[in-house]
Amino acid sequence: MDEERSENGFENVVSMRGITKRFPGVLANDKVDFDLRKGEVHALLGENGAGKSTLMNVLAGLYRPEEGTIRLHGKVVEFGSPREAIEEGIGMVHQHFMLVPSQSVTENILLGLKEPRFRMQLPKYNQIIGEMAGKFGLHVDPAAKVWQLSVGEQQRVEILKMLYRGADVLIMDEPTAVLAPTEISELFNTLRSMTEQGKSVVFISHKLHEVMDISDRVTVLRKGKVTSSGLNTGDVTRADLAHLMVGRDVVFQVEKSEAHAGDMVLSVEELEAKNDKGLPALNGISLNVRQGEIVGLAGVAGNGQKELAETLAGLRPVTKGRILVNNQDVTNKPVKLGIRHGISLIPADRTQVGTAPNLSVTDNVIMKNYDQAPIGSNGLLNMSEAENYAEDLKLAFDIMVPTIDTSVRLLSGGNLQKVILAREISSEPKLMIAVQPTRGLDVGAIEGVQKLLLAQRNAGAAILLISEELEELLSLSDRIYVIYEGEIMGEIRDNDINKIGMMMTGTRLEQIEGEGVARNE
Amino acid sequence: MDWLIILASGVATGTVLLYATVGEIFSERSGVLNLGVEGMMLLGAMSAYKATAATNDPWIGLLVAMLAAGLVSQVHAFIAITLQADQVISGLALNFLATGISLVFGEGLTSLRDVVPQLPKLTLPLLDRIPVLGRIFFTNQSIMVYIGYLFVPLAWYYINRTRPGMHLRAVGEYPAAADTLGIRVYFLRYMYVFVGGLLAGLAGATISLSISPGWFGSLTTSGQGWIAIGLVIFAQWNPVQAAFGAFTFGALRRLVLDIQGPSTILGLANPFFYNTYYGFFLKMLPYAFTVIFLVIGSREANRKRIGTPAALGLPYIRGQRGL
Repeated sequence: MDEERSENGFENVVSMRGITKRFPGVLANDKVDFDLRKGEVHALLGENGAGKSTLMNVLAGLYRPEEGTIRLHGKVVEFGSPREAIEEGIGMVHQHFMLVPSQSVTENILLGLKEPRFRMQLPKYNQIIGEMAGKFGLHVDPAAKVWQLSVGEQQRVEILKMLYRGADVLIMDEPTAVLAPTEISELFNTLRSMTEQGKSVVFISHKLHEVMDISDRVTVLRKGKVTSSGLNTGDVTRADLAHLMVGRDVVFQVEKSEAHAGDMVLSVEELEAKNDKGLPALNGISLNVRQGEIVGLAGVAGNGQKELAETLAGLRPVTKGRILVNNQDVTNKPVKLGIRHGISLIPADRTQVGTAPNLSVTDNVIMKNYDQAPIGSNGLLNMSEAENYAEDLKLAFDIMVPTIDTSVRLLSGGNLQKVILAREISSEPKLMIAVQPTRGLDVGAIEGVQKLLLAQRNAGAAILLISEELEELLSLSDRIYVIYEGEIMGEIRDNDINKIGMMMTGTRLEQIEGEGVARNE
Repeated sequence: MDWLIILASGVATGTVLLYATVGEIFSERSGVLNLGVEGMMLLGAMSAYKATAATNDPWIGLLVAMLAAGLVSQVHAFIAITLQADQVISGLALNFLATGISLVFGEGLTSLRDVVPQLPKLTLPLLDRIPVLGRIFFTNQSIMVYIGYLFVPLAWYYINRTRPGMHLRAVGEYPAAADTLGIRVYFLRYMYVFVGGLLAGLAGATISLSISPGWFGSLTTSGQGWIAIGLVIFAQWNPVQAAFGAFTFGALRRLVLDIQGPSTILGLANPFFYNTYYGFFLKMLPYAFTVIFLVIGSREANRKRIGTPAALGLPYIRGQRGL
């Protein structure tokens, strides 16, 4: 059979056959086949850990497969490095951007290339790159420094970097995870204009609605194997794909009982604070959380969520405004006082902030009550009590770890989060601030974490859930605030996703409703 | 007390600091902190003097000094880059190593004073007639001073406006990004640690062959390598600011020597006039200023979060998630 043409006469740009890739203890790809046609958007769908990124990292030259062949335009190729892959026209945009923040857009794009040879001639290249950006609808200022750009703009720089190197095949690894709804539609327009100009796109995602929106065909992976290859997106439903992806029928909604909001626990008044660069990050935030409810905080990353969580926990100084917990003023009070008032933080950064990576499970779970009986007394630690305590938590929270003496850096993301949750929940918090609690976890672990949060809510805790996953916010929260550039754009009680989307990009709720009224009149 | 002489000799001694500081800027911009500057300078001063004594040609001495310090810097490069060890510890160890080598091989060199030829001094025609500035910058200065004037803008241009300079910055800011684009992170880091060594050697040679000629054991450099490391932060990793800092410190060093001479300053009685106790205090001042400038400089750097290469001091381990 002619490898370049598939049976229906489409031209295959890439065809991967029997790709097998092992990591210690894991079979990440098991004899996977994958075809990419010229001019299509091909979605690669699967849960976290299904092997999507691994497969594409093989194609992009980052990993070498143990078995299998890759053909590019019918010719067998082997890539020793990403550079060799990009020289053959295969470029990958990773989830974590590979951009030098202190350099300009143009400099980042020219990095590592043979031209210009010595003098940078920035004005000339700024113009070339500006023209190229316009051609694909990738609007970004070539002279701007990368640290000044929004996440969406940085992604465009990554795409431009690949296009400038002559990529015909663009692999996008979970590109929408960091974007606001409007930015997502802009990205989709860009991808379409690229396929119109003869380029091919691989779109890695676990988000069904996006796959349905953008892709021409879908290949589904589950546990390293292909469950369905090259389906036409038009011929399948969202439920079909979900079934193929998870291997069972999926309930899209977590079970949630009616909220019984009680007394006010957290009340934030006109809060202001600065970010690490000393620039204003919070510009007069007011919000409140009551007993027995989960309040969501929606927003695109970097709009002050991190700073808000840190000020509430007492980790970042407040420059103006007040934080009241159970009617006690805890503004700019020591962290420990906050802990005594029942404030608990589940930070976004599990490995650096949430845990001490080189310490054992025991040491990590006693970090909040090490100085209290029975574990701590007279300035000494009672290690046997500490170990009993850790063993109990290991059982109660089902932490999968060989022994409680294991360093937590060896734990998977899901288990690490369980260690943090075990510590925080066992302190019986009155107020929990959970930042991105399910990010990077697989479906099973996500369900576990979400159930624990709901159980806390039902037990009467007040929970502030800060997340960039809209679906998670919608399914868990009883009401949702939207934050934009350090200000609250409004509060949503009816899960209206359109309103949330507009507020995430800087429209105030009053404005939206004002326009609505104006239109009705 | 002649203010012009103080400033002119400030430029001369500042040139030593300048080379060492810009050398350390190159190394740190690539992400490698090298605390061995003092030792490398001493090695440069010793080998320059010894090679000049042997060949009677100070230019050969200069070359030998650069190579010697460049080579010894590669010990630090190997430990810090390939073995991924702690750069602070390795830099301090390099300092002891280079100082030790210098003192052993420098034995007996002190007696060669007045025998070893020096690098030439010159007065630049026309430029020396500029009022005030001519006497400070262009009259009877070492040739190394003039090379320094040219070197600073070139170093700035190289770092900020050329392709290799851009690669240098990328490697020090986000090595993983540079690596994915095919830039040889390890090679470049070795190279710029070497450049740092070359320039520290040059700084040392500038002392022993020109600015304060001779070999006086570890007093030859008398802690200027440490001042250079402080200046790097004060200069925010920018060669032009490094030049300002270096000349200012050079002038300060000279000022505290000269201020003990006259009995009155500006018509007032001089409290420092041949006062032994104040003499010790004055000698301490440049180092105290180093500390103060360091504190101010790093506060600024921290506040703005700019200047410091993001990957400074961090070994690059391929395959580990970036930053």
